Amino acid sequence: MIYREAGQYKTTYLNDSQIFPIAQDRVAVALLLVVAFVAIPLFATPYIFSGILIPFLILALATLGLNILTGYAGQISLGTAAFMAVGAFASYNFMLRVPGMPVLLAFVLGGICAALVGILFGLPSLRIRGFYLAASTLATQFFVVWCLTKVPWFTNNSSSGVITAQQVEILGFKFETPQQKYLLVLAVVAVMALLAKNMVRSTVGRSWMAVRDMDVAAEVIGFRIMKSKLTAFAVSSFYCGVAGALYAFCYLGTVEPEAYNLDLSFRILFMVIIGGLGSILGSFLGAGFIVLLPIFLSVVVHYTGLPNSVTSNLELMVFGALIIFFLIVEPHGLARLWQIGKEKLRLWPFPH
Amino acid sequence: MEIFLRFLEVLISGLLSGVMYSLVALGFVLIYKASGVFNFAQGAMVFFAALTTVGVTEKFGVPLWVAIPIAIVIMALLGLAIEKFVLRPLVNQPDITLFMATIGLTFFIEGLAQLVWGSTVRPLELGIPDVPIEWLLDKAGMFISFFDLVAAGICAVLVTALVLLFNKTKIGRALRAVADDHQAALSVGIPLHHVWGIVWAVAGFIALVAGLLWGSRNGVQFALTFVALKALPVLILGGFTSVPGAIVGGLIIGATEKLAEVYIGPLVGGGIEGWFPYVLALLFLLVRPEGLFGEKIIRRI
Amino acid sequence: MKFRFTRLLAITAVAASTALTGSLAAAQEQYLPLLSYRVGPYAAGGSGFFGGMIDYFNLVNANGGINGVKLSWEECETEYNASRGVECYERLKSKNGGASVVEPLGTGIAYGILDRVATDKIPMTTLGYGRSDAANGAVFPYVYPLITSYWSQAAGMIKYLGDKAGGMDKLKGKKIVHLYHDSAFGKEPLPVLEAYEKSLGFTLIKIPVPHPGNEQNSQWLQIRQANPDYVILWGWGVMNAVAVKTAARVGFPREKMLGVWWAGSEEDTIPAGDAAKGYSTMTFNTPGNYPVIDDIRKKVYGAGKGNLSDKDRIGSVYHMRGITAGIIWVEAMRNAQAKYGKGKVMTGEQVRWGLENLNIDETRQKALGVLNMFPTIKTSCQDHEGSGATKVQVWDGKAWKAVTPSWVMGDRAMIQKMVAESSAKYAAEKKITAACAAG
Repeated sequence: MIYREAGQYKTTYLNDSQIFPIAQDRVAVALLLVVAFVAIPLFATPYIFSGILIPFLILALATLGLNILTGYAGQISLGTAAFMAVGAFASYNFMLRVPGMPVLLAFVLGGICAALVGILFGLPSLRIRGFYLAASTLATQFFVVWCLTKVPWFTNNSSSGVITAQQVEILGFKFETPQQKYLLVLAVVAVMALLAKNMVRSTVGRSWMAVRDMDVAAEVIGFRIMKSKLTAFAVSSFYCGVAGALYAFCYLGTVEPEAYNLDLSFRILFMVIIGGLGSILGSFLGAGFIVLLPIFLSVVVHYTGLPNSVTSNLELMVFGALIIFFLIVEPHGLARLWQIGKEKLRLWPFPH
Repeated sequence: MEIFLRFLEVLISGLLSGVMYSLVALGFVLIYKASGVFNFAQGAMVFFAALTTVGVTEKFGVPLWVAIPIAIVIMALLGLAIEKFVLRPLVNQPDITLFMATIGLTFFIEGLAQLVWGSTVRPLELGIPDVPIEWLLDKAGMFISFFDLVAAGICAVLVTALVLLFNKTKIGRALRAVADDHQAALSVGIPLHHVWGIVWAVAGFIALVAGLLWGSRNGVQFALTFVALKALPVLILGGFTSVPGAIVGGLIIGATEKLAEVYIGPLVGGGIEGWFPYVLALLFLLVRPEGLFGEKIIRRI
Repeated sequence: MKFRFTRLLAITAVAASTALTGSLAAAQEQYLPLLSYRVGPYAAGGSGFFGGMIDYFNLVNANGGINGVKLSWEECETEYNASRGVECYERLKSKNGGASVVEPLGTGIAYGILDRVATDKIPMTTLGYGRSDAANGAVFPYVYPLITSYWSQAAGMIKYLGDKAGGMDKLKGKKIVHLYHDSAFGKEPLPVLEAYEKSLGFTLIKIPVPHPGNEQNSQWLQIRQANPDYVILWGWGVMNAVAVKTAARVGFPREKMLGVWWAGSEEDTIPAGDAAKGYSTMTFNTPGNYPVIDDIRKKVYGAGKGNLSDKDRIGSVYHMRGITAGIIWVEAMRNAQAKYGKGKVMTGEQVRWGLENLNIDETRQKALGVLNMFPTIKTSCQDHEGSGATKVQVWDGKAWKAVTPSWVMGDRAMIQKMVAESSAKYAAEKKITAACAAG
């Protein structure tokens, strides 16, 4: 009863093509945004902002990026962190070398650089599929990090290859406290998530899904595979690039190229799969799950009174076991659980 | 002559390194071939196997030749347990889900290994001298370690055994049938779980062999899990489904990687070994998308 | 299945809630956050180091605390991962009345919290790693690369090699290979080594090893071809043992290898077995036994409170480094108490003052039972390093032994000039006005 689309008639085309066609969804999203923008900043502590929410949002954005590629276009990638690194180091260099560069524009340009690299490394996807492609994307991962370590220009000739992100300042307003940084990150992520939500139901998004489901068939019915795959790589890398820039500018501050290592790529792939392939909401759920679970586990096992050498390993084991457990219980990810919940709500409380 | 000898030395040393990569790659191939699972936990299994062997010798004070059979049994049990608790509930799920499950498994095994045996770094002495062979040193001035030749020999034996297993035995036929099509194999009465159990147990054994050889060279420590990263380019080059491919791929990757590092590396600042094999494999795939010996995938609409 | 899962959730929820209420600490305790790592590739070092710190804290508590103020601490597992480390730092920093000093023992984490410690006014010690130019306290008031930084270490290495060759001028025409972990860490000493290359006239050959460095055949073939007089091994983790082993495989004498201190622990040589015999590294602890370690054996391990599960590791390199870090922290707090009130809990700002005005001379070392265990330390706002001295140790097949009886000091003036230049560049980039705080 609560969640039902029956009775909501669309009488104009404009009406019919809303992002959220169902009134309840619109209310829910609006509420969520109000909570995120107004309620949370009022109540959260600095730890919640800089320890949990900021990394959660940034990683959710990267997950969204990878989900576009893997979930919508069906190309597995293990090089996500490399695209993030490109975004971060490119933004840094734009800020450094172009006087008066607005920071948001630097993020966008960083994202575009990542997109170009994405297209380059996406080219093999035209020939290679599945795990062969996944393993080859590791080439991106190692090559990009190697380049950033090797070429001194990228790091402004810093002897050790470490960069310090510039102060984030928009129209004279300085983003300094965790709360301010959180709001900035939230705004960027919210806008980009809505854009993604819109994009995946456009022509481009549909072509991605057609390619994912069966690329030969998609080609036969007139989709240009090359264009679809490469746009998927470009858009996905753009998202990752912006996320990487945020990671450097709003989270870590001072970063070395190794901050964007293979582990990070894997973590983001986790988030995509645990959250749900091909779901924007799933990207957020997955990121939340993978960010929060280790913290939660570490807090819980911390109070078991066991020595730390035991708890640290237990933490790792439980983390692994829970991932397997979730995959067995719901292989389609948390987004699927949400969907099942919605379908239940459609009838509830009168199931018959 | 000097230049040629040096080239030869780099080449041979590369080929022998390649054999070490192949050892790890074999475990991947075996499982992929029999169940279509890309087993990311292979690296963790290598670590677990080596640590178990050393741990058993330490804790119970038994010599290595007693500890190794115990480790074989433990690895076989681990393989069976993985089949029962992880793979069986996930039958018929998409490849990527299975892949993720093995990553979860990686964390579990890594935690388990360090929980049981502790996180200290340990030496492992197999009794195979890892020093240059005098004779070659005198005659050609080349440094080739005896240890590498032993490793190559072990690898050859393993490959022969696996090829025979796949092609000449009843289990091998069952394995190939299962790999082709789970449901078809089930419907003609092949005991799927049974077959998978065997495969995982054998993969555990291969992980042990790799773990012992790598562990004796690097020390038994967490970093053994990283050897998986060396095996991946071998895998894509040789093809996920081919046992001989793992060997040939290993030799090619090992040799070109060393040659590139020694001859191209200094020109671009060095350290290219990390990505060069991947790029090489990638370029190769552009020509042959299924790797060197991989089965050609026929795609129908 | 469902039932079991909900039950699991319920149990964990109960555990979490009881835990949160039970964690209020007594007021008269100095709270210390420990960003430790006990899993992952570097767990062996992490458990030794943080074990040493905790053992020393337990010893201090057993002796009645710092003027009656007991120490309390909480660990958080960082897995040597920058973002986990940042989360741990954020989680621990405001607990139990607030953290007063922090030590992440990891370059990535140290960078991740570099800006945060300045905002939160919590000093960070980076013992033997991290940014070398942070020694300039005018630009980095909250960062303390104590005892020696990478640059001082590189200078110390060249000094030692020069002395070994019979004088710095004898290095002219020699070949030195810098075999390094291909990362920020391995590249850090390059400016120092290159400056020496120019002034002393030796040839520096740079050979990077890609992470993790578990296979180094090609690098050592290159080294053998170059036939250098010395190899500097700037490694970390598994790379060290493999380098030593591979050196043996290509017949390169280990006596000509000189490692950094992160390549100079039992964890690096034991896996290499016999191959490591004769291999020497830098260190900032003189290996051996000290009264303080006996005290720890007696009062901490004797009471069953020891942190290391393996008692053989007491007094090992990492353990001793942890004890050293513990001593420095405690001395800084003692120092701060002398100024701000004995028997009181010190804030981060006060401990920072304590760190900036450290003076651990030989008399003090003797009183602590650590005479000559580490160089004497005297810090000031301009010099957060406090020493810059290093020592060389050699692995005799069973244990580390000191090679140089006295402390080795590189070209101090040159390093200080480089620190000033580099930190000025950082200050310009970050728009910091460099100044020493009054008082």
